[in-house]
Amino acid sequence: MKRIGVYICHCGTNIASTVDCESLVLFSKGLPGVKIARDYRYLCSDPGQDIIKKDITDFSLEGIVIAACSPRMHEVTFRNLLKTAGINPYCLNMANIREQCSWVHQDRNEATEKAEQLIRAAVARVLRQKALETKKVEIKPSILVVGAGIAGIQAALTIASEGTKVVLVERAPFIGGHMAQLDKTFPTLDCASCIFTPKTVEVARNRNIELHVCSEVVEVKGYVGNFKVSIKKYPTYVDPSRCTGCGECIEACVLKKGVASEFEERMVNRKAIYIAFPQAVPLKAVIDPQACLFLSRGKCKKSCLEACKAQAIDFEQKEEFIEKEVGAIILATGYDLFDPHLLPQYGYGVYENVLTNLQFERLLSPSGPTRGEILLKDGTSPKAIAFLHCIGSRDENANPYCSRVCCMVSMKQAHLAKEKTGSEVFEFYIDINAFGKGYQEFYKRVREEGIFFIRGKGSEVFKREGRLVVAAEDTLLGTPIEIPVDMVVLGAGLSARRDAEKVAQVFGINQSPDRFFMEAHPKLRPVATSVDGIFLAGCCQGPKDIPDTVAQASAAAAEAISLVTRGEIEVEPITSWIDPELCSGCKLCVEICPTSAIQFIEAKGISSVNEALCKGCGACAAICPSKAARQNHFTQDQILAEVEELAE
Amino acid sequence: MKIDPKTFARDYNLHVCIQCGTCTGGCPVKFRSPLNMRRLVRQTYFTPDPSLFRRPEWWACTTCSTCTLRCPAGVKNVELILGVRNYLANQGEVPSTIRDALENTLLHGNPWGRFRDRRIDWARDLEIKILGEETAENLFFIGCAPSYDPRVQSLSVVLFKIFKKADLDFGILGKKESCCGNEIRRMGEEALFRKLSKDNTNLIKKTGVKRIITISPHCYNVFKNEYPDLGLPVHHYTQVLIELIEAGRIKLKGGAETLLTYQDPCFLGKQNGIFEEPRKILRSIPGITLIEMERSRERSLCCEGGGGRMWTEGFTEGTRNAEIRVREALHLKVRILATSCPFCLLTLEDAVKTSGLADQIVVKDIGELVGEAIDSNSDNPIPCLPAGRQAPNNHQ
Repeated sequence: MKRIGVYICHCGTNIASTVDCESLVLFSKGLPGVKIARDYRYLCSDPGQDIIKKDITDFSLEGIVIAACSPRMHEVTFRNLLKTAGINPYCLNMANIREQCSWVHQDRNEATEKAEQLIRAAVARVLRQKALETKKVEIKPSILVVGAGIAGIQAALTIASEGTKVVLVERAPFIGGHMAQLDKTFPTLDCASCIFTPKTVEVARNRNIELHVCSEVVEVKGYVGNFKVSIKKYPTYVDPSRCTGCGECIEACVLKKGVASEFEERMVNRKAIYIAFPQAVPLKAVIDPQACLFLSRGKCKKSCLEACKAQAIDFEQKEEFIEKEVGAIILATGYDLFDPHLLPQYGYGVYENVLTNLQFERLLSPSGPTRGEILLKDGTSPKAIAFLHCIGSRDENANPYCSRVCCMVSMKQAHLAKEKTGSEVFEFYIDINAFGKGYQEFYKRVREEGIFFIRGKGSEVFKREGRLVVAAEDTLLGTPIEIPVDMVVLGAGLSARRDAEKVAQVFGINQSPDRFFMEAHPKLRPVATSVDGIFLAGCCQGPKDIPDTVAQASAAAAEAISLVTRGEIEVEPITSWIDPELCSGCKLCVEICPTSAIQFIEAKGISSVNEALCKGCGACAAICPSKAARQNHFTQDQILAEVEELAE
Repeated sequence: MKIDPKTFARDYNLHVCIQCGTCTGGCPVKFRSPLNMRRLVRQTYFTPDPSLFRRPEWWACTTCSTCTLRCPAGVKNVELILGVRNYLANQGEVPSTIRDALENTLLHGNPWGRFRDRRIDWARDLEIKILGEETAENLFFIGCAPSYDPRVQSLSVVLFKIFKKADLDFGILGKKESCCGNEIRRMGEEALFRKLSKDNTNLIKKTGVKRIITISPHCYNVFKNEYPDLGLPVHHYTQVLIELIEAGRIKLKGGAETLLTYQDPCFLGKQNGIFEEPRKILRSIPGITLIEMERSRERSLCCEGGGGRMWTEGFTEGTRNAEIRVREALHLKVRILATSCPFCLLTLEDAVKTSGLADQIVVKDIGELVGEAIDSNSDNPIPCLPAGRQAPNNHQ
């Protein structure tokens, strides 16, 4: 029989005040295999660990039971202790007498009795536990970054500057994401393109970055350190190696009316062949196959072909699939603006001068549809503008969360509107969330500029005598008000991408109830996901402003670099395995495995576990009808012994 | 829900209110009464003092539910109003006209105190199935105003004729039909509402009908959303009409070219999302061109006929919304203001008369318009524009 040591922790008074630790020592000494039992104030402290270490040598212990807190807290601490003391770290069992006993009971006698049961069960299991060896796998030394907005670009540049290869995949024909659409950034009013263009240009130039635009990741296989990804590259019908970005083809395109420009937030039209904006990286024309008369209807005189001196246009281009092997993945897929059509009271889509904040941003931009002038649809200048906060945010009928950026966006835009037009500007707000560095100061500044802040959420927008009217309540006066204006800018919030579910599925990660991707721990692991080796950056994880996005992207890059430059990685040995003698090939385990770690081997007619992928959840062991699937560290005899002792 | 001043704020989940004023900003009586929903939530949150409930403005609310539907925090403002009115009703502290309406409903099954025996006077000369005595697929639930009010009775007759023409298998509850209770609940008489709900449910279930068709959006709302044990599909008549038109069971013939606008009833549109069916019907009548008012659909302005306001002015002052609405319609140069609710019909028609605009605009129910369009020998043509007024060209 194994020689066991049992150690009971007081956890200060957390355990000792409800459980009689001294009597537990006496009780433990009487259990089978137990050679020594002790109690101590804090076992996790250095002196506490030293006691155990000394006992292991003195009493030649082979298994340890720690009766203390949850294994989530200190299992790793004690495993390391066992390792340094020279015994296998998996010959350890923790009896949770804190969360599952002292914290939830009041009666000292009953709590002590329960603690006895927990310790007895833990001893029974540790007697049957086997030594397990951790395995090491090699890591592929490159990183995939999905999405090339400010988050993806920041992550890619950080990784590339360290010397690691990056595969950067972007769905749009250009990089830059939403930040490329912005005019100025709060609170410093830096020109967005002045601070951003150097970065986008560097992405195109950096030899460590392999950029794929018009591309999407469609499949991810493998596991941490060894991901195999499949990238679908959509045809652009323009050979990027020949295109010089001269724009002659655009002039030549015969599509008269054009189609709404996504980059200009549908405020103006573009041609079927187009370059989204003058500073686009890469500066290459692309053809929108839905809009192109030749590609959609087969009927066009193809004047673009003629116009292109570089002979770059190629209507025969087909989609391609590119396979890559990477050690880590960073998701930086960004956000979609909340669609104000969903709140019809604001008249978005009904009135042409009701805009979203992103549309207004394009009006502000010198490269936008009005060359930076704030104009109404009829070309005149507005005399009064209303900014409505919290459109689709903090709203039970839309998104319940705060989108974090819209207050500052609205105030920045109000400032610029006042500066450019001298019009009356109204801000309809519930609370001003100006939480960042320099934000509150900016709020004060715009107040000083004479912008009218009305503490009340815009209730509806309608037209009266040719002008837009915002109905609300001035809640500080307690008076209902209706303010006539010429333009209404809706402070639309940030939503998870419309296809976030699909992306989550491709990468096997989770979403929080708000549909954004879920981090491994909201405080302590904010850039990791539940899948080892996949990290998050930017708004795909939740709404955030540019400084936070850049910080998070740098953190994700650092985590990914530290992972892939390690060379090899240790894999937990608590995995399942399938006894080939017993497996009947029913494939139930293949279906239930959440990490796709089990494969069916057709040739042998049995299933087999890829230990590197297995997370040790035990689902296969539970479902297997022939008891062929088994889980290391949680074997049938170990668990039954534990349960039997508990039931006694 | 019962009012207990001690647990009031918790019972009505008032703690979640963020005082943003969305409710007050969108309230249709915000300029007509001191009613300020946001302030009431705040005050009742802090003051469990029942004297607060005795303010007259609690009766100004039309229960149109704009506030509740828009509230970003999920406060059910209208339920709060009903709770307070329920408290007042239990104390006997309701306006006398409301008291009479409630008593009448208890005694006679309708808030106007008309005799139960005269409930089907409107159908005197019609061959109509009385359910209970006969069976049918559909229950045509008439409701109180369409049973007794001479203006709305004609709508009941028209709809009867349309359904007959379309070979719809339907019948009515006859003299046994009682008030649906929608307004009763909104006037605060929760107990009487429960009684009506129970009686009507038993009565309807016994008939073996497969669905209920209502004239009033108010009946539609209460059957659909507030009767706990009904378990039958409920359709507003506009949903039935469009179904019959699209199936080709009603053929609509053209009349004179007419411009028209439509008032969304709050209990049909905002509260139950039925915006398209009435519009589809109007567009399918040859000759009629529908022009939308500035405030339509979710932004429609309440006519002030709901929430018991048919029986009390609710201490409101200034121009009635119905008059504002009529003027908005007139501004579009239409000659018909259409609606699909008996209360809207009455309030808007009243506004036309009090504003002295009867020679310029008429108020019609969609049922009446459909009736005219299928009646080939119509001796009741759609009224012409008064001389000198010309319709704008709306064909773009």
